[in-house]
Amino acid sequence: MSEVDDSMSEVEEQEELQRKKEENGSGLDYILSLESVPSKLPPRLEELKTRVFCKSDAPVHTDTIQYSGAYAALRVDNSLRLDNFCQNFKIELIRLTDDDMEFDMIGIDPALANAFRRILISEVPTMAIERVYIANNTSVIQDEVLSHRLGLIPIRADPRLFEYPDTTGTDKNEKNTIVFKLHVRCEVGQPRITVKTRELEWLPHGSELHSEDNNRDASSKPRTFTSFNCSQDSLPEFPKSPIGIKDSDIIIAKLGPGQEIELEAHAVKGIGKTHAKWSPVATAWYRMLPEVVLLEEVKDELAEELKNKCPVGVFDIEDIGKGKRRATVARPRACTLCRECIRGGKEWEDRVSLRRVKDHFIFTIESTGALPPEELFTEAVKILEDKCERVIMELS
Amino acid sequence: MEHVSYSDQSKSTFSLADEDHTLANAVRFTLNQDPRVTFSGYSIPHPSENRVNIRVQTTGDPAREVLKDACQDLMLTCQHVRSTLDKAVSDFKLNNTGKDMDTK
Repeated sequence: MSEVDDSMSEVEEQEELQRKKEENGSGLDYILSLESVPSKLPPRLEELKTRVFCKSDAPVHTDTIQYSGAYAALRVDNSLRLDNFCQNFKIELIRLTDDDMEFDMIGIDPALANAFRRILISEVPTMAIERVYIANNTSVIQDEVLSHRLGLIPIRADPRLFEYPDTTGTDKNEKNTIVFKLHVRCEVGQPRITVKTRELEWLPHGSELHSEDNNRDASSKPRTFTSFNCSQDSLPEFPKSPIGIKDSDIIIAKLGPGQEIELEAHAVKGIGKTHAKWSPVATAWYRMLPEVVLLEEVKDELAEELKNKCPVGVFDIEDIGKGKRRATVARPRACTLCRECIRGGKEWEDRVSLRRVKDHFIFTIESTGALPPEELFTEAVKILEDKCERVIMELS
Repeated sequence: MEHVSYSDQSKSTFSLADEDHTLANAVRFTLNQDPRVTFSGYSIPHPSENRVNIRVQTTGDPAREVLKDACQDLMLTCQHVRSTLDKAVSDFKLNNTGKDMDTK
């Protein structure tokens, strides 16, 4: 609604309340049948519904009013129609880089925003090293610690091109496994070396280590730990950029003279719920949009004091002529709700009101590198859709 | 998934396996937005069991249908979120090609 409509409806609302009081309900049906009667909440209730108020001791009015009949007594419909949602829902991108994105999501309930965040962290799949076959490890770092470190390395491979491994883990083919080889040695007499992720070499043809197989006849080809039918880089669906490690300078281990590591690492598809190494995001979070309102004019020395109180520079001072100055809210978005500005007695609480907009989320996604952040979010939304579909299927 | 209901179709508890707050809270929200619903809530009976119970009570319609509609609504909402994001991203890329992408 536009500004004009708002002010008009407020006036009408007061008239309506006035008439309600006068006629004591008898003419209520008539009034509500009029087209001009707004189906809008009184301003104060609207404020309580859409804003969290941050007082000096605790935030109040933090809950969202979800129930459709919450304002039935006021004859206001609180249900949310889909077309209504589509009209009001907005996304504004603030920042987008290869592995980092920030956007404003406006007009959505925290129940949904939180569902997206939870799915991003724990249910969007990625590829991560799950099995490590160690042929030789004479370094000081133990096998299990080394394996754990390898598992946490982000892998640049589109998980949508792979299948989940079968539960037994015996069938490892080109559709569900990525194989990396690591073979480094520090020669005697040489200085110590640092093993970094760039030493990991992708093996598109699968494992090269021979598995120990007792009843193997001598004529057949030696069995390895995978059974690839073809080379992964020959598959048409795989992109031009080869599968690899996202960051080439993560330290894996350090080797002294004479020490050696030889191993093979098998990466499979999984989700963050099983283990954090499969989480596609460094983290994903949101915060509600801060809103700072000056309840009364703050002038001169007080304005100066207010400006200096805020550690993140939310307030600014403007000249209003005749040597007078007035405090303004210049950067409410920077507010961290430290509540420093409302400290120092009740008079400050009466001057400044700190609020948060309940349906405006500043969403940040930091990708680890498997997928760009905007695709991660799309995937997360798709997963929520799949969940709904599953429920519908099972109910039908 | 089981569907516990008595002679009255309008009051049911649905037990969803392998789900958690992610779906249950979102569905509870869409259910609550439906004027036919008089009560809806969910609980996780035991934290180490992957299961949620969703309780739906309606003004008369079968709870099963109302829950299905809620899921349908949630799906459509998701689709709208997805298309809005796609549009925002493509607009952003169009406006920022070659430019330094700075924060506000």
